[in-house]
Amino acid sequence: MVKKIIGQTYIWFILLLMYLPILVLIAFSFTESVNVGVWKGFSFGLYGDLFHSKETLVALANTLIIAITSALVSTILGTLGAIGVFYSSKKFRKAFEFVNQIPVVNAEIVMALSLAIMFAALPSLLFKIDLRSYWTLLIGHVVLGAPFVYINVKPKLQQMDPSMYEAAIDLGAKPHQALWKVTLPEILPGIFSGFLLAITLSLDDFVISQFTTGPGLLSAGDPKIVTLSILIQDKIKKGPIPPQMRALTTIIFLLVVLGVIGVSVYRHYQAKKGTSKRERRA
Amino acid sequence: MKSNRGTRFQLFKRKHLCIPYGVFLVLFIIVPILIIVYYAFTDDNGLPSISAFVGFFTNWSKVNVLITSVFVALQTTLLCLLIGYPLAYFLADKKVNKNAVLITLFVAPMWINFVLRTGATRDLLTWMGINGGNMPYLATLIGMVQNYLPFVILPLYTTMLKLDKSQIEAAADLGANPVQVFFKSVVPQSVPGIVSACTMTFMPTMSSYVISDTLSEGKITLFGNYIYLDFANNLWHDGSFMALIMLVIIGISMILTRNSGKEEKEGGAAW
Amino acid sequence: MDKKNIIISLQGVNKVFDGTTVVDNFNLDITKGEFVTFLGPSGCGKTTTLRMIAGFETPTDGKILLNGEDITKIPPHKRPINTVFQRYALFPHLDVYDNVAFGLKLKKIPYEKEDKKGNKITAYRHLTAKEIDEKVAHALEIVDLDEFEDRDISTLSGGQQQRVAIARAIVNEPEILLLDEPLGALDLKMRKDMQIELKEMHKKLGITFIYVTHDQEEALTMSDTIVVMKSGQIQQVGGPLDIYNEPVNAFVADFIGESNIYNATMAGKLKVRFLNHVFDCIDDFPTNEKVDVVVRPEDVILKVVKEPSKEKVTGKIVTKVFKGVHYEYLVQVGKAEVECRDTKDRNVGDLVTVEVDPENIQIMKKELTSNVYREAWINNKNQVVIGEDPFACDITQLLKGSSVNEDGYLVGPDGKKYDLNDADVTAEIALDKVEMIDGYDNGDTNGDIVSIIYKGDHYQVMVRTDDEEDFIALTDYTWNEGDQVSIKVLPQNIKLSLKGEISKYEIE
Repeated sequence: MVKKIIGQTYIWFILLLMYLPILVLIAFSFTESVNVGVWKGFSFGLYGDLFHSKETLVALANTLIIAITSALVSTILGTLGAIGVFYSSKKFRKAFEFVNQIPVVNAEIVMALSLAIMFAALPSLLFKIDLRSYWTLLIGHVVLGAPFVYINVKPKLQQMDPSMYEAAIDLGAKPHQALWKVTLPEILPGIFSGFLLAITLSLDDFVISQFTTGPGLLSAGDPKIVTLSILIQDKIKKGPIPPQMRALTTIIFLLVVLGVIGVSVYRHYQAKKGTSKRERRA
Repeated sequence: MKSNRGTRFQLFKRKHLCIPYGVFLVLFIIVPILIIVYYAFTDDNGLPSISAFVGFFTNWSKVNVLITSVFVALQTTLLCLLIGYPLAYFLADKKVNKNAVLITLFVAPMWINFVLRTGATRDLLTWMGINGGNMPYLATLIGMVQNYLPFVILPLYTTMLKLDKSQIEAAADLGANPVQVFFKSVVPQSVPGIVSACTMTFMPTMSSYVISDTLSEGKITLFGNYIYLDFANNLWHDGSFMALIMLVIIGISMILTRNSGKEEKEGGAAW
Repeated sequence: MDKKNIIISLQGVNKVFDGTTVVDNFNLDITKGEFVTFLGPSGCGKTTTLRMIAGFETPTDGKILLNGEDITKIPPHKRPINTVFQRYALFPHLDVYDNVAFGLKLKKIPYEKEDKKGNKITAYRHLTAKEIDEKVAHALEIVDLDEFEDRDISTLSGGQQQRVAIARAIVNEPEILLLDEPLGALDLKMRKDMQIELKEMHKKLGITFIYVTHDQEEALTMSDTIVVMKSGQIQQVGGPLDIYNEPVNAFVADFIGESNIYNATMAGKLKVRFLNHVFDCIDDFPTNEKVDVVVRPEDVILKVVKEPSKEKVTGKIVTKVFKGVHYEYLVQVGKAEVECRDTKDRNVGDLVTVEVDPENIQIMKKELTSNVYREAWINNKNQVVIGEDPFACDITQLLKGSSVNEDGYLVGPDGKKYDLNDADVTAEIALDKVEMIDGYDNGDTNGDIVSIIYKGDHYQVMVRTDDEEDFIALTDYTWNEGDQVSIKVLPQNIKLSLKGEISKYEIE
């Protein structure tokens, strides 16, 4: 009992500390002051500012587009890779997984620098062009996400009974039908969590974006694609977080909270569904 | 006729599915790293050169930054472990926490962008009177721990979930008091998680430049800052050489932790 | 056998994995409607053979014919053969109905239709939902699972999952049903029930069943034909009774049922010597031929006696276990043991005579490739003792990478020490490695030549030592029966294998 009280207190205390900066931002999103810590009366004014700040909205849209497209590409590449490697020879698998592990353990800046030299430095030296664009930004984010998709899908393949695929073939499925109808549904949870992780990493990223971004997508006057992280970094170098960002933080936070609640409700519902079905049959 | 169909079946093999990703890995991971290695040991004329090598080790400020970075990274890792270890222990203990969703809350801040979080931390600290002007080192350390704590909690939590409960009970049964049980049974069993947590924190901390830049208001320079500055100033050979040093450190830590860190790669399980 | 009735024929099938031959020159014809069981210990190649029939593996060599047509290279999804997998391999994301309907939904059937010009052509179509419904319902009825259609797989018991797996396979109306140890995951009671049910299902469906198991009782209960396999080779093919009563070699005898197996020597016309006694028998083999003898425990006749008999084998009961209908006794005869089954109650310590009717002594020709000594042991000089004579040998072969230290202990690659004094081993010496030297005391042991068989270009000579051990040697020279010789074997030519784990000899 004592342990439970201490444990719970500790958990929530650390959680509070972790969220404190964000909570402060949220609190001060309802007042129109330049700095946090200065309360100038309750107001929704910052939310209005947010929706009139073109550069913020453009950055937000760019961020979302990159996150979704890169996560999709990561998911497809990583999943196919995991399936293919799983059925390859052990030697090949080891080599493949070693390379896959490099971006996972490597410092982001090393990956970012190496990609930037390849996309920008080398071509500009050789052909006087800078290849950086939406596509290089996308590649950078896939480098970030795909290895994690791979890592999430692999254990699902290992858990799968290998004769399941054979059973499908045995029952008349062609190999691609067996993959689609049997293997895929089996590893779907892994694919899904890999996708989520890829989105998360993309949304969170700054370093890779800064090194690999170039012209393209939506623009608010900047020659390069500006994502939220690039925009914010640019602003906070010069001063406090722009007030309208506090409003944006509040909105994102609400979405995250809704997401977490959604997930827990879904899990609860799933667990309940499982038992009720069993009861009905019994 | 029939044997024809047979051969077609042989042509499609599941292992061929990894070709796209394999090509991707070669093009965008192996080739870029090779380019870095090339740049680290050539000069502007493309000739083999060790000027970047000599330049780095004869430049005291750069070596100094490397040492400072290692120091900051060590402190961050240690602090994260001290805070994160009991946290993961409590989170994984069914008696304390029955809610599996709680762990998601520790990862959820990642959905709010890293730069925004860092900025928020700085603004809060400034409000509280800790700022780059008066306490740059403390501010940086707080920012680092704040940011990298989830990376420690996740692998530790996954390892804690797999703890052998019967071994813990056996230890208690054999007369160990709770403290002894913790240090003789729980801690040794969670070594893989600790190793993984350390690697997931140490390297990013060393190479991060946004946090130190923002929180110390440019007063503390870490290794990552130099790499970034070299690139921004078109000093690719020097930048590449420093990136290579990071790669070597990462390689060494990978070899050192290869055996103990096999399990925790499924850290994503918490998702 | 009527050629037309052969549904599947394996001809000279070989399978090699990474240089290891898993299935070795497998030849077998299976007739339509037969229940055939591949029986053997794990690793004997039975599952690999099944997988080649299913199409999951391609033979390295040889052909598989289905109804006379070569299907060796046809992929599994085009074969009219379905499999019930070891752990069922049901699709957990589908319910019972969709699992069973899986194959039907993929299937296309030919039908006649008229093209634009009015010619009749064959087209292919999927089955209609109604057709699928009917077939699924029928299959589920056969396996006694009607009304389970919309159940989730995870809610089914092991036995029910097993039935779904069978229904899923038979719904496609295969010509052959392959079953890969399908009852392995069930508990004993369930297994017994399912064995009978499967047998009935086989009768009802009238299709060929090929069944793989390592459980000899299961094979005997269910099969029309049993194929006993070992190390990728067929040992014996026959009905359950043949296999049980007339095993062709010691392996089959040992694998099927309980049996006493002895090394024996033909002692004359229809006479065989084992347990230090000459028995009458009904199998004719040349005198002095080395043979294996099998006696089933239930064929041993025990009689309690007061004193050891001179004419009959006498032993002492050392253990007794009540088994319900009968007792199981272990009788010690000299160094050997005889396992017996008897309904009469006797006591441990009773002196008994052991008799066997001539027709119950199954004699099997022994393929001689080497001299095998199962009662050998290692002495304190690290020599191997065969009979009563020590032979120098190399004990490091018992542990890979080991060496012998100055104290005579075996040291493993990991530094662990082993004291092998008194360790029981099996020693094996190839026939051509036994060297004979004229006269006594010139080798490791002495003996007299008891038999010489001319083998075309060389002689196979048997030497019996004074402690009744036989050495068989191959030689180019002419010897005579009764010659006194010495036997010499080079240390590197004695192959040793330890009985039990080496770890029990480990010392601190």
